[in-house]
Amino acid sequence: MSALLELDAISLAYDTPQGLLTIVNSLDLTLERGRIGCLLGASGCGKTSVLRAIAGFEPLRAGRILLDNQVLSTEHKRVDPEHRQVGMMFQDYALFPHLSVEKNVAFGLRRWEKAARAERVASLLALVGLEAVAHRYPHELSGGQQQRVALARAMAPNPELLLLDEPFSNLDIDTRERLAFEVRDILKASGHTALLVTHNQAEAFAIADRIGVMRSGAIEQWDTPFQLHKHPVNDFVADFIRREALMTQRAQAYLRGGEAGEMVIS
Amino acid sequence: MASTTDSVSSRRFRIVNALWPAGTWLIALCVAAPVLALIWVAAGGNLDHWQHLAQHVLPVAAVNTLWLLLGVGVLVVCLGSGAAWLVTAYDFPSRKVLNWALLLPLAVPTYIVAFAYLDLLHPLGPFQSLVREMLGYTSPRQFRLPDLRGLGGAIFLLGFVLYPYVYLSMRVMFSTQAASLLEAGRILGLSSRGVFFKVALPMARPALAVGVSLALLETLNDIGASEFLGVQTLTVSVYTTWVTRSDLAGAAQIALSMLALVVLLILLERHGRRRQRYSSTQRMRPIQPQRLKGAPALLAFVLGWLPVVIGFVAPSAYLLAETIKRLHEVGGVSDQLLSSTYNTIYVSLVATVITVLCGVVITWAVRSARSRRPRMLQFLSRLSTIGYALPGTVLAIGLLLPVRLLDDAMNWVRSLFSDTPASLIVMGTMAALLGAYVIRYLAIAVGSLESGLARIPPSLEQASRLLGETSSGTLRRVHLPLLRPAIGAAALLIFVDTMKELPATLLLRPVNFETLATWLYAEAARGTYEEGAVAALAIVLVGLLPVILLARHQLKSGH
Repeated sequence: MSALLELDAISLAYDTPQGLLTIVNSLDLTLERGRIGCLLGASGCGKTSVLRAIAGFEPLRAGRILLDNQVLSTEHKRVDPEHRQVGMMFQDYALFPHLSVEKNVAFGLRRWEKAARAERVASLLALVGLEAVAHRYPHELSGGQQQRVALARAMAPNPELLLLDEPFSNLDIDTRERLAFEVRDILKASGHTALLVTHNQAEAFAIADRIGVMRSGAIEQWDTPFQLHKHPVNDFVADFIRREALMTQRAQAYLRGGEAGEMVIS
Repeated sequence: MASTTDSVSSRRFRIVNALWPAGTWLIALCVAAPVLALIWVAAGGNLDHWQHLAQHVLPVAAVNTLWLLLGVGVLVVCLGSGAAWLVTAYDFPSRKVLNWALLLPLAVPTYIVAFAYLDLLHPLGPFQSLVREMLGYTSPRQFRLPDLRGLGGAIFLLGFVLYPYVYLSMRVMFSTQAASLLEAGRILGLSSRGVFFKVALPMARPALAVGVSLALLETLNDIGASEFLGVQTLTVSVYTTWVTRSDLAGAAQIALSMLALVVLLILLERHGRRRQRYSSTQRMRPIQPQRLKGAPALLAFVLGWLPVVIGFVAPSAYLLAETIKRLHEVGGVSDQLLSSTYNTIYVSLVATVITVLCGVVITWAVRSARSRRPRMLQFLSRLSTIGYALPGTVLAIGLLLPVRLLDDAMNWVRSLFSDTPASLIVMGTMAALLGAYVIRYLAIAVGSLESGLARIPPSLEQASRLLGETSSGTLRRVHLPLLRPAIGAAALLIFVDTMKELPATLLLRPVNFETLATWLYAEAARGTYEEGAVAALAIVLVGLLPVILLARHQLKSGH
């Protein structure tokens, strides 16, 4: 498989009253076509900034971003977001409140022929299972439905790459994991390449082919879920994954009414 | 393939995007032009003028204006904060209605309240006749109330229509104050009156500053009431110096001294607003009104309704009665009144559309430049809103010079191509008048659109861009539809304010162009009063619309 997305030693920083604050420092990443990648880390580690840089909302301080061998961003040049062939699902979904579900999904298809557009919208709504609510408005939908509208809308223009920013954080715990598997099925069915960021390890393991564990602006390990689990490269990765797993299991045990202390951690 | 088309199309979009800041620059310059021109004209004027003005006109007018500001200031503070405290701290019959009814006098422009009361309180008018009848007198020679004309009458009338500015800001302030603070005051030994003077009022000082400065800016702006009541204020002097003596430099010099007062009032308002931000962040249990019964309840009822009756009910009822009488007697209205009405609606609509468009350009330029050079654009955006504080006469005098220059320039260009004689292209049309309206009310559009935009999360913009839409396309397809309520509210306010505007309209309208306000002014100045009441009633009725809107929004958010 060929590399679709390449981050080549990118650095991101913000101007603050106290001076330049470096968020991401010389980060490398390669994602192959058709894969689902995930940046996993605590809040403030820079994972969302990386996503926003790929979308074209953040200027690079150094390095390059390439998509399908085309340069999207360098220190000096930035292709406008609308010309990047990148779709994004926002943490707050960013659904247009004045448009129906159908119109939201069709938003990025204004240059398509009318018949082709209608067909595309119908097939996407079928894919995410929302045909029944096509004419409703975003505020009339449940959180899970809103999330699927956002996904369908981002996929509609057939972008080369889909970015998902904390896609499940606004949902309650029960629906989260189910939807993570669902989203994986949808992405795999449509053959999209996607990169998501999350702080939740269970989500990352449920959805991703490749996971990068991030700490303070750098990727500690970029690997398959299996490899991360079996062969963490350092103590931080091992701790991060183990602690998360432990907490998830404890929480689940607690919710089931069991004793957290009885859980055996492998 | 993509890289070439990308760079080409990007360049085209860069040019389109550059239009927003360019438009902002242009608008800000147009707003600043009258102030700069004023300084230029005043400085270039003959020193003889200064001497004449300094000896004969300025002292009288300045003293009158200062007394008027002081008197109105004291009256609006008493009425506004007293009424606000009354409906916040006490519960009595009709309190809920009074809560918004206290805003009604905002619908009555100062020149209309003066127009109505001059007739209403005339020695031979309905009120004094009634009083005489009740006291058993037969002739006005035996008994009459003090004449309304003069400084005292002006203070009284302006105070009773301008107090809602103070009432509104104080009411909102009181309703966000925590009850626990007042209770702490009571426990520490203050009486319920002591709590008001020692705790609630000092805490509301920033709100008081904002309300008073707005009321005083209106006082400074007023021309009709002072003129009808025979008070020679600075505003009236500017008008007479220019209109009757054609002395532009002299008018500019007086206008400049008014500008100094305006700057002081704006500083007061800014000071208040800055402090307000810190004091109302906590949200705790609001003040629970104390229930009144018997005589105290009656007293509260009377005190509460008094400003509403004097500032709104009495003048409106009078205008309504006069209108009905007039329509009954004549069976219709004159063509002049109809054409003035048409003129008013037409010019107000055009001014509203232009003002809202300018507001969209400025706020969108600031919004979409967030990452680039926001400082400069933010400054220009602030600059473009100074017009709200400029009294109409000051603005009009300031506009005369740029307008003349523009006329000369256009005539010069035209003389290159044809032999047609020179004419007043800008001054002779509605262009100058529209310019004044836009400058004066741009603050409403910018303020409303700014707060509307602030409610739209940035992710909507980013989502639209990633779905292939340009920045301008995003404005059209996402933001403008979502801004519809904000645009509607701003348009309503601008339309009504333009409709009521008198001082700038008097100075800048084309010859023989009458609006309802100028027509009413002419009637009152002639003392004919014939159809004046019909025009005045129309203005008050339209003026009620934004007051209702305000009552629904502001007071509800306070609860």
